[in-house]
Amino acid sequence: MTSLVTPEGKARTGRSTSKIAAVWKEYKKCRYLFLLLTPVLIWYAVFAYSPLYGIQLAFKDFRIMDGIWGSPWAGLKHFKFLFLQSPDFFKILGNTLVISIYHIVFGFPAPIILALMINEIRSSKFKKVAQSLTYLPHFFSWVILGGILITLLSPSTGVVNYLITLVGLEPIYFLGDPNYFRFTLVTSAIWKEVGWGTIIYLAALTGISPDLYEAAVMDGANRWKQTLRITLPSILPVIVLMLILRMGGILDAGFDQILNLYSPATYEVADILDTYVYRVGLQNFQFSLTTAVGLFKNVIAFMLVLFTNYISKKLGQDGLF
Amino acid sequence: MRLGKGNMLFQIFLITFMVILCVIMLYPFVHMLSISFSTPAESLRLGIHLYPKQVSLYAWERVLGKNDIWIGFGNTLFRTVVGTVCSVLFMSMGAYPLSRRYLPHRNIFTLLIVFTMFFGGGLIPTYFLIKNLGLLDTRAVYILPGLVSTFSMLILRNFFQAIPDELEDSAKIDGANDLRILFQIVLPLSLPVLATLSLWSAVGHWNAWFDAVLYIQDPNKQVLTTFLRRVVITGEDLSMYASGTTNTALGYQEPIKAATLMFTALPIIIVYPFLQKYFVKGTMVGSLKG
Repeated sequence: MTSLVTPEGKARTGRSTSKIAAVWKEYKKCRYLFLLLTPVLIWYAVFAYSPLYGIQLAFKDFRIMDGIWGSPWAGLKHFKFLFLQSPDFFKILGNTLVISIYHIVFGFPAPIILALMINEIRSSKFKKVAQSLTYLPHFFSWVILGGILITLLSPSTGVVNYLITLVGLEPIYFLGDPNYFRFTLVTSAIWKEVGWGTIIYLAALTGISPDLYEAAVMDGANRWKQTLRITLPSILPVIVLMLILRMGGILDAGFDQILNLYSPATYEVADILDTYVYRVGLQNFQFSLTTAVGLFKNVIAFMLVLFTNYISKKLGQDGLF
Repeated sequence: MRLGKGNMLFQIFLITFMVILCVIMLYPFVHMLSISFSTPAESLRLGIHLYPKQVSLYAWERVLGKNDIWIGFGNTLFRTVVGTVCSVLFMSMGAYPLSRRYLPHRNIFTLLIVFTMFFGGGLIPTYFLIKNLGLLDTRAVYILPGLVSTFSMLILRNFFQAIPDELEDSAKIDGANDLRILFQIVLPLSLPVLATLSLWSAVGHWNAWFDAVLYIQDPNKQVLTTFLRRVVITGEDLSMYASGTTNTALGYQEPIKAATLMFTALPIIIVYPFLQKYFVKGTMVGSLKG
């Protein structure tokens, strides 16, 4: 036994124990900080990291009696089923992407345009009131807003269809007609978030130096030219950053909103990855299959975040991390 | 500056547009409030509803007289107050050590925390965790899983980092430990950002509904939003208003829906004008750092 411990070995263990002792000393010096931090780290271990353990369900055939650990392994069976056989998977993936792209194409420019308009208002009092009122819907959950939309958009008694028939058009079943449902989703999301979305752009607009505008006025540029040549280029970095961040979340197509607004009549156009996991997983007890769907979504979303962060750094912006 | 003719027209256009936009933002709430005070015939009248032409308090009487809504209100109030206080306290406990540059392995801890913003177990594994922890059908499920918002905690950490080190150093010379420094110096200096984070958390708790749908079956532990969902979105619970032999309540379907909805929305509408500026300020803190 003793012959195995060479002098070098002794020295090495000596060094490493002294290193451990040094680290220990550092930790001891910060013992009050760790007294504060440890409960938080335990919370993260339990509520953020331990669900990762359940991901193995995606590779198992879950049986209630056996639990997560005891259920037999199924390899890639669920993924094979999803990608090769399931009639639903590519439909819900398509729905997710289409709805999300609609949200970006129509919902992303809206707050920018509104911010530019608010910025042009001269009366500062009116500006403040307008801002406060446009922020309002942001503060309500989709349960409340969904309830309001169901009333306002009703084809028989709703006020929106009343206005539509006043103009002489046919009433539209916004929430029940698959042809209009995505339009309803995107429009109502804009209604909820457009005002709130202006905040960051308005902050960027106040940062533009007034000298630039004065110089432009000297050169005879009108307001429209000033907007095109000064205002927009000045806030372009913010716009690019926000767009990149938004692209990172492209697989989130608005779970809360859709779950409160959709119905069997509109499943075919509105069923997204998240709603599928909830409905088929927790209501129909297909735990393994939907864990696989959730894992697919999380992995792609994670890669997208890393990718968009990389792009944003390439463009000379601060990344997220 | 003198306004040219073109500019004048532009201002008029702008103001008209903004007024219309504000009406679109505000009208739905006025409409629902008006319906909630309407008679059945008035509630079904086609057209604009700014105020009820035939007033009835019946719907509000039914809604406010209903035991379930007060149970929901109590549970919502509980999760909003207790959840917010616990959350802000707990996030301060995490943010302060992470803001100290001399904390050993600080970057590793930060990385472990930030990672959870971008990758998680997903819905099904989280459901099993809650189930295995025995949190199904307990009020703790409203507080514990959402105790920390990583994004808010990072904002708080950045704010703590910006507080000058000299304050901490001089307190240490006076013999104060980190706990006292946090609670007697750092937190009082951070009141503005704590106010904003509290508001975010409180609104989040008030509006939350999905956790209750997932984890709570017991009718005594429901929150307002799940009650509202059953009345307004899925329409399951409307019939329970029509108790006994009277069917009056069925005629009052729309006013009852609207009153239930406004009961949930009103607290936010009432505090909103006073607190709005804190929300906006906080968003700046959060978004500008990014």
